[in-house]
Amino acid sequence: MSARDEILGRIRAARPEGRVAVPREYRTVHAADTDLVGLLVDRLVDYRATVRRCGTDEVAATVAELLAGVPRLAVPPGVPEEWLAAYSGTVVRDGTPRPLTVADLDAPGLAVLTGCAVAVAQTGTLLLDAGPDQGRRLLSLVPDHHLCVVHTGQVVAGVPQALARLADPTRPLTLVSGPSATSDIELNRVEGVHGPRRLDVIVVDR
Amino acid sequence: MSGTGNIVARLPFPTAARNELADAQLRANLRRATHTIRDKRQRVVAEVSDWEALRVAGAAIKDDVLARLPELLEQFEAAATAAGATVHWARDSAEACAVVTELVRATGSTEVVKVKSMATQEIGLNEALARAGIAAVETDLAELIVQLADDTPSHILVPAIHYNRGQIRDIFARRMPGVDLAALTDEPAALAEAARRHLRAKFLSAKVAISGANFAVAETGTLAVVESEGNGRMCLTLPETLISVVGIEKIVPTFRDLEVFLQLLPRSSTGERMNPYTSLWTGVTPGDGPRTVHIVLVDNGRTDTLADSVGRQALRCIRCSACLNVCPVYERVGGHAYGSVYPGPIGAILSPQLTGAGANRTLPYASTLCGACFDACPVRINIPEVLVHLRQSGVDAERRRPSAERTAMRAMSWVMRDRRRYAAALRAARRGSAPLRLAAGRRGVVRRLPWPLSAWTASRDAPLPPQRTFREWWAARERDNTP
Amino acid sequence: MRIALFVTCVNDLMFPRTGQAVVRILERLGHRVEFPEAQSCCGQMHANSGYRAEALPLLRGFVDTFAPYDAVVAPSGSCVAMVRESYPRLAAGDAELSAAVAALAPRTYELSELLVDVLGVTDVGAHFPHRVTYHPTCHGLRMLRLGDRPQRLLRTVRGLELVELPGGEECCGFGGTFAMKNADVSAAMLADKCAAIRGTGAGYVAAADNSCLAHIGGGLSRGGGGVSALHYAEILAGLVDGGKTDGAA
Repeated sequence: MSARDEILGRIRAARPEGRVAVPREYRTVHAADTDLVGLLVDRLVDYRATVRRCGTDEVAATVAELLAGVPRLAVPPGVPEEWLAAYSGTVVRDGTPRPLTVADLDAPGLAVLTGCAVAVAQTGTLLLDAGPDQGRRLLSLVPDHHLCVVHTGQVVAGVPQALARLADPTRPLTLVSGPSATSDIELNRVEGVHGPRRLDVIVVDR
Repeated sequence: MSGTGNIVARLPFPTAARNELADAQLRANLRRATHTIRDKRQRVVAEVSDWEALRVAGAAIKDDVLARLPELLEQFEAAATAAGATVHWARDSAEACAVVTELVRATGSTEVVKVKSMATQEIGLNEALARAGIAAVETDLAELIVQLADDTPSHILVPAIHYNRGQIRDIFARRMPGVDLAALTDEPAALAEAARRHLRAKFLSAKVAISGANFAVAETGTLAVVESEGNGRMCLTLPETLISVVGIEKIVPTFRDLEVFLQLLPRSSTGERMNPYTSLWTGVTPGDGPRTVHIVLVDNGRTDTLADSVGRQALRCIRCSACLNVCPVYERVGGHAYGSVYPGPIGAILSPQLTGAGANRTLPYASTLCGACFDACPVRINIPEVLVHLRQSGVDAERRRPSAERTAMRAMSWVMRDRRRYAAALRAARRGSAPLRLAAGRRGVVRRLPWPLSAWTASRDAPLPPQRTFREWWAARERDNTP
Repeated sequence: MRIALFVTCVNDLMFPRTGQAVVRILERLGHRVEFPEAQSCCGQMHANSGYRAEALPLLRGFVDTFAPYDAVVAPSGSCVAMVRESYPRLAAGDAELSAAVAALAPRTYELSELLVDVLGVTDVGAHFPHRVTYHPTCHGLRMLRLGDRPQRLLRTVRGLELVELPGGEECCGFGGTFAMKNADVSAAMLADKCAAIRGTGAGYVAAADNSCLAHIGGGLSRGGGGVSALHYAEILAGLVDGGKTDGAA
């Protein structure tokens, strides 16, 4: 008998009888008067991310400010041109003319700029779903500096609302909550290990 | 079929615990770390107003999974396969190791990078790969520390919890190839930086990665890995081949169910509102991440555990390690005393069930039944209930063998179920202690008793029965009050 | 209301004064307390050690003995937890016994529950001019959820200064047979508990369970005295030191 059939047979013999009802009395909606954007900013700062809030017409200037001194910037194919208008360094676009390699992205002095799919206020989480302004997973992973643009319309209160907003959960998903960190030494959190050590977030009011 | 691998204790718990207790540095390290995480967890749990509702939902989702496991596993297999993954099944640790070894061999690689995974620790995968000439590089900081020190993990979440920063610095200085000694201080940031430099080249060049999974979604065939450092993302994204070893109980029915566990897990484990990185992937995505994805579903004693109506709740476990961090026994002895990759309260109920009767017989007694673990468990595993249940199973299995303890328990039960026998026994106990009372003198306590009560008086004085039992006092009072 | 005292086997033999204290407190409040002499042991040690077959006759005995009463009071958090939490599991499979347990368990109270919840009393008119710290035992804290009921009772005692015990929620290391089977770990936990108690500067540590207190008191006594362990009921009843310091109004 194959391992598969044997295991499934053993489970059928061992499992309990009957269905289990799942009570979902936890919160999936939140009061409309909560300042979600303020909460998101507070949580991000708590993770030691750098946060800027600006209006729609100030994105380019804020990007340029946060990337001052950064000579090269990688962007996924769908990042809007207007975000880059004030940036003075070199922009390399993934896929144009060719997909960026790991070595390209690991080069010193390179940052990456992406958007996100949704942001969770309560946990300070940015959810990337490989959409056009986020691109492939390695883009937001290999560079040491990640700059992410969030629109206030993308901010939801909690995890349930965030997952419900995803267009397609089978796309590669990455939940980012602050810069990379570890708690492995005496269970104290230290920021900065293998993922980007600097996370900047621009929250765009609209 | 019984589970095998790194889950079988070699020493009885009391013996192993005694050895660990002798290490004052270890106790200081554990105390500091567990108290730090306890406070953090308490703070972030307190700010979630619907925490109890989440716990109830989490427990029910897992119970539902156990009731529908065959259908959900088949659904998961179909969805993952449709998304481009290849699903394998393994009855026990040897079979799982053989499957993975063969898959790695087929790639031609002799080195793999690994994401921290309890399942691969459980089945002893690194040892098996080494025997096949394949080097497995642990990339989680704590796993790396343990691997460099040639040690074994002592905690589910933080396998190097038994080391403090100074000891970790020494391990890196002695064992990490090419480490920059000048920059290596015992500051956690410097240690993390050293690990980053050490592993970066490995990540960027690795062809094969091996991971576990925190959750496997039946509906979509999605796997999830919850991590902090980004080493997980590196392993899950950069290599060409990804092999994930997943216990069959890791299934959740729907993608929506993750909304419960992604709230419960981070706050319970690292005491954070959310861990820095969570990756979810479904089979192969062309142009993004590994081109070949394998999933190995492992039983290794889980079906035996499932067959026990009380003990099966241990299969709800999401490996957060909150129970370890609040356990007063774990805090004193650390993880090695449990002799299994699953230490602490959850280990005391999981290891003996996975391995079956025989091994790990002393683990269900490694608890005062204080209940702190049950309170902390995000999926409401009633660990004290299961501990007592496993003690009972052990006692029942030994019914026919002579035992001094059984004789004493039987005798006490026989005496206590009859009021005359019981009253007589109380009188006898009181009278029997009279010589001791004389010896005890003014302090009224006994400093040394013969075996087996010497286990008590080794570290504490023993009280003596007073001149009159309560029932004697009551009877005298009733007589006096009767007109 | 017919109130029965379940004194518990440990108290009957080793700590009769705690039982006397319960009688005294309730009588002073105007209640009559009965002591059904058929009682013995709740079976906690048997059940928790895995001897279900040996525990069951004791469970039956408890149910038979106390079924006629409106309320059962015991000065022991762990014995009450046994009745309320473990009896339903032990009785499962026997419909008649399960029904009897289901009827009796909710009427079985730890002393502070009876006083505060049922009788609505927090001031029993005691006097105890000492610094006291309270160790909320595991069963009281996490199974019975006694909360601060015992502390509320102690706070009304004249002259008593109640000081918080740091890490109070942590187990003292007794754990029944754990103290014998895992004597070294138990001793390590006890040492930390005793250090925390001494650190409060209290002259007395009180708790709701004499088995934990025997363990703690034994550790304190071995460590050189100075702090006494005692059941909080004895403070409320003014029965400390055989009544010598009884200054109740």
